[in-house]
Amino acid sequence: MEKKERKGAVLFSAYKRGDGIKKVLAKSREDVLLDIRESKLKGRGGAGFPTATKWMMVAAANSETKYIICNADEGEPGTFKDRVLLLEYPELVFDGMVIAAYIIGAKNGIVYLRGEYEYLKKSLEDYLESMRKDNLLGQNILSKKGFDFDITIRMGSGAYVCGEETALIESLEGSRGEARNRPPFPVTTGYMGHPTTVNNVETLASIPHIVSKGGEWFKKNGTDKSTGSKLFSVSGDCRKPGVYELPWGTKISDLLKIVEAEDSKAVQVGGASGFCIPKSQFNRTLAYEDAATGGSIIIFNESRNMLHILKNFMEFFVEESCGQCTPCRIGNVKLLEGIRMIEKGEYTFNYMNQLKDLGRTMQVASKCGLGQSSPNSFISILENFKDEIFNGNGGNNGK
Amino acid sequence: MESKDNLRVPGSQKPLTIEKPSDLNTIGGTVSVEINEKKITVPLGTTILEACKMSGISIPTLCNHEDLCVAGVCRICVVEVEGMRTLQASCAFPITAPMKIRTSTPMVRKARRNIIDLMLSEHYGECYSCFRNGKCELQALAKEYGVDSYTYGHVSKPKYEIDKSSYSVIRDMSKCVLCKRCVRTCIDLQEVGVLEAVDRGDKTHISTFLNKPLNDVICINCGQCINRCPTAALRANDPSDEIWAAIDDPKKHVIIQTAPSPRAAIGEEFGLGAGHSMTRELNTALKRIGFDKVFDTNFTADLTIIEEGTELILRLYKALVKKEDAALPQFTSCSPGWVKFIEHYYPDYLDNLSSAKSPQQMFGALIKTFYAQKAGIDPSDVVSVALMPCSAKKFECNRPEMHASGFKDVDYGLTTREMAKMIREAGINLPEMPKSDFDDPFGEASGAGLIFGATGGVMEAAIRSVVEFVLGKKTEDIFEKANIIPLRGFDGVKYMEIPIGNEVGEVPDIIKHLVPDWNWLKGATLKIAVAHGTANAKKIMDNIKAGGKFSECHFIEFMACPGGCIGGGGQPIPTTPEIRKLRAKAIYAEDESLELRKSHENPNVVKIYNEFLTDGPCGHQSHKLLHTHYTKRGRYIA
Amino acid sequence: MLVLEKNAMTEEIELLVHKYGKLRSSLLPILQDIQRKHNSIPDFAQQEVARLLDIHPVEVFSVISFYSFLNTEPKGKNIVRLCQTITCDMAGKTGVAKALERELGIKFGETTKDNKFTLEYVNCLGMCDQGPALLVNERVYPKVTPERAVQIIGEVK
Repeated sequence: MEKKERKGAVLFSAYKRGDGIKKVLAKSREDVLLDIRESKLKGRGGAGFPTATKWMMVAAANSETKYIICNADEGEPGTFKDRVLLLEYPELVFDGMVIAAYIIGAKNGIVYLRGEYEYLKKSLEDYLESMRKDNLLGQNILSKKGFDFDITIRMGSGAYVCGEETALIESLEGSRGEARNRPPFPVTTGYMGHPTTVNNVETLASIPHIVSKGGEWFKKNGTDKSTGSKLFSVSGDCRKPGVYELPWGTKISDLLKIVEAEDSKAVQVGGASGFCIPKSQFNRTLAYEDAATGGSIIIFNESRNMLHILKNFMEFFVEESCGQCTPCRIGNVKLLEGIRMIEKGEYTFNYMNQLKDLGRTMQVASKCGLGQSSPNSFISILENFKDEIFNGNGGNNGK
Repeated sequence: MESKDNLRVPGSQKPLTIEKPSDLNTIGGTVSVEINEKKITVPLGTTILEACKMSGISIPTLCNHEDLCVAGVCRICVVEVEGMRTLQASCAFPITAPMKIRTSTPMVRKARRNIIDLMLSEHYGECYSCFRNGKCELQALAKEYGVDSYTYGHVSKPKYEIDKSSYSVIRDMSKCVLCKRCVRTCIDLQEVGVLEAVDRGDKTHISTFLNKPLNDVICINCGQCINRCPTAALRANDPSDEIWAAIDDPKKHVIIQTAPSPRAAIGEEFGLGAGHSMTRELNTALKRIGFDKVFDTNFTADLTIIEEGTELILRLYKALVKKEDAALPQFTSCSPGWVKFIEHYYPDYLDNLSSAKSPQQMFGALIKTFYAQKAGIDPSDVVSVALMPCSAKKFECNRPEMHASGFKDVDYGLTTREMAKMIREAGINLPEMPKSDFDDPFGEASGAGLIFGATGGVMEAAIRSVVEFVLGKKTEDIFEKANIIPLRGFDGVKYMEIPIGNEVGEVPDIIKHLVPDWNWLKGATLKIAVAHGTANAKKIMDNIKAGGKFSECHFIEFMACPGGCIGGGGQPIPTTPEIRKLRAKAIYAEDESLELRKSHENPNVVKIYNEFLTDGPCGHQSHKLLHTHYTKRGRYIA
Repeated sequence: MLVLEKNAMTEEIELLVHKYGKLRSSLLPILQDIQRKHNSIPDFAQQEVARLLDIHPVEVFSVISFYSFLNTEPKGKNIVRLCQTITCDMAGKTGVAKALERELGIKFGETTKDNKFTLEYVNCLGMCDQGPALLVNERVYPKVTPERAVQIIGEVK
């Protein structure tokens, strides 16, 4: 899909670089924050924490040094919207960071770009340089006295878990990407111990639109609890994969029509760490209050083997777990072993139930979001595709 | 930017430390929480784990250790907090607002059980063939939660080869549960930095630089990791089979020297609380086991004071009177972990290290020379064992330079734990043993040698003698009951100044030939310092390197282990701050109960200079037998 | 490593430390630069980085071992990484994998004898709408067929 083909009510609507920054510099920080609060914007990475609340906490933190970090460690299988935003809409992401910096009082911004996107780095750096030339970065931005802010790009090195915000900060500090204990949260004790806000690329990209056009305008799209629109990275069995901007609250079945998916059996919402939704539930809506997602939509048609898909997901987690906490490090291995047992027909239903139970422990007892969400697909696929997996082509009948 | 100090601990292992308010009556100083429906008020910043302890609820833990920073990785201590979707690790959660906590809900119980089952599934080996049987924290958890089968299977083959390369520490990573206590011990507590988690996901394991054998990296053998390992993944290199063989061999004359710290701690291995000294019971037990002689390491500790003290006086004399270069401050050298630490990390400062051997090695050299001669035994038939609180002593006795007698001076270093095992194997219940004395000819030793076991003890022993040597006064006249309190206690670094004043005494005969008088010390101030734990040692060394206050010291005591030898890597498990305190108390109490409390007053020390080391302290014979040299090892790993 | 090579390496790392700073937070950028230049981070380099940042060698080794794109053992001049994650798998990863193995004469995880190519799997490259995706060094190739994979290898050679 080319940029000119992209259509959308919010993110893909018209925006001119610097406009949002100009708007906010004319206002007080408090008023800008109120605008964002009015929009009810929630984090687009998946967790859905209200952006205004997060920024208010950092803004209120008593510290000379604060950081705004753009989480561009997009690693969830089936997600590629950030790639598109960074490549085609850098003005949204970077203006968003400048605006965030203005609100919270940060002088330094960091883009944590996943190692796999190294090829984007040069163009992003060139873009930042052009912003510096136009005084959108640097000292006294747009002649606003005392507003100094600049952005550096830091690379990841191939670790999915670094998308978790505290693991990301660990990685920036030169450590293994192992999630931290919370509290303390990054808003008080983040990068180098300073108050830090970590925001998803898409969240930041929404900001320039909101500050230019207002929170009310933003809320015209979406539902009550999920305002605005969302970028969906659509892949798998459909004729038109790609990045789509659709209002929150869109039905899965409607999305399938838009991307011209036929013969769909299931949709994986939220990537490997999300849930697998069977055909019977295609009338569910994509929204924080229903099928929540960071944007990954993977479509499976009738020809696909769900057990094979699940195995692929679990292999992913076994490798990508940071390995520090017990439930995630060993739990994922046990779930994968369970899948191999089904493949070989060497399983008991009792043990499979035991593994689902283990999955539920992982969901509540793991240290970070990775281990808390990695059993989601195991549980949902085993529950929603029982017949296929235990009686059909997925494996032999249990003993 | 934060100082680099704060960055040493990875944030993932850093807890939120909230300074607890000094006055709990200030507004916001305390917070009220409800644990299992019971209300309790705790100081702000108390962890859930601490709060539960305060209200009498026990929470299982594994990665948590009182000496170490919080990790929050094993997840066994999870509890339910109302309003939170997930369970919270109670060890890592500081309470800053009122909350309702439940510690035994179905979700919590299930999670704990699942976590134990997961650990067991990856934990190689069977309990009955494990040396930690009955003393393993994982086993205890399995018992507590009634584990009667391997829910998620059990590994049938070891995942990793056992690393037996080190003289001191054996690593069996197939038994590791990745609690990272050893990592936190090695990096944060000791600043040695040999162990870290390597690889990721299911391949994560604790390893060394480039997965090299422990002997090839810069391990100082302190064994602190062993003391904190909850399972048998880390253990000391146990020579008890060889020692039994020597005992069983009628031709061999097997001698054991016992250090004060194991004596203060070994009772714990026999069910006694910490802080019961078993010195004289142990003498009997060792004889019953079959050791031919039992000697007191304190004797050579007294000798160390004389040799090291003389060395210090000579260095000072050289610097102050002869105006020649002398390496000052002088560092103590009785902790083999510390010696290896400085050889690796500060090789340029080896000249500052006292050349006097450790008490263990001095004794070794004397046993196979002086004693063998006196007793008319062929030294090649003598097997010399040292009961030490220490795993580094095993490495020390294997140093190639430790052959002053013409033989390996000390054949085996034995830890407190291994000694207890031998005693149990012999069917002896140590606390029930009648008391008996040490063997001649070394017999009696002073309380000064005894307190070597606690941090500051070597310095206190030295000062007791130096004061009397130089001032010609009784130590008791200056320090009440000859207890030098500023040198005691567990502050990481201690510093003290002793003004000498204008009245000096006569030079004692024993060193009269080395220094004619003390006039050159008139008006001087003796500056001394004490550090325990190599992390604290590093602080002092970096300060010296930077020309700071410690570079002006004259004498510094360094001990590799936190708390000194009483907290040694060979001591009973567990060793905690509280236990260390009790062991130290036992040692100081024993010292105070003795008549003889100064090394230079030990009649056997006087005798050995008269009979054997006839050219006096730091003389030719003593240099041959009681002094050593060091190796510039550096920090590069080949 | 020869003394001369060691000196050159030390000098190189000193420059990197100068560029990024002495704090531990410079560790990844420094390692990434070494990796980019040498295709691996040699033992000696790890120890020099540790020395200059005042951390322990095992910490450097630990960090390297954590990240997929950093390695201590030398690899081929070109690193060919095939995405193994679900949509690329569904789009025909297996066929591409076979073609690559046949063409290079090695299995995944191995390096060709002439040290030109290392073949690896990688997790999601973020090209799920255009799979199967291949990452050769820093360049991404979308919609790779077995034939195209062989062609790409030829172009890199």
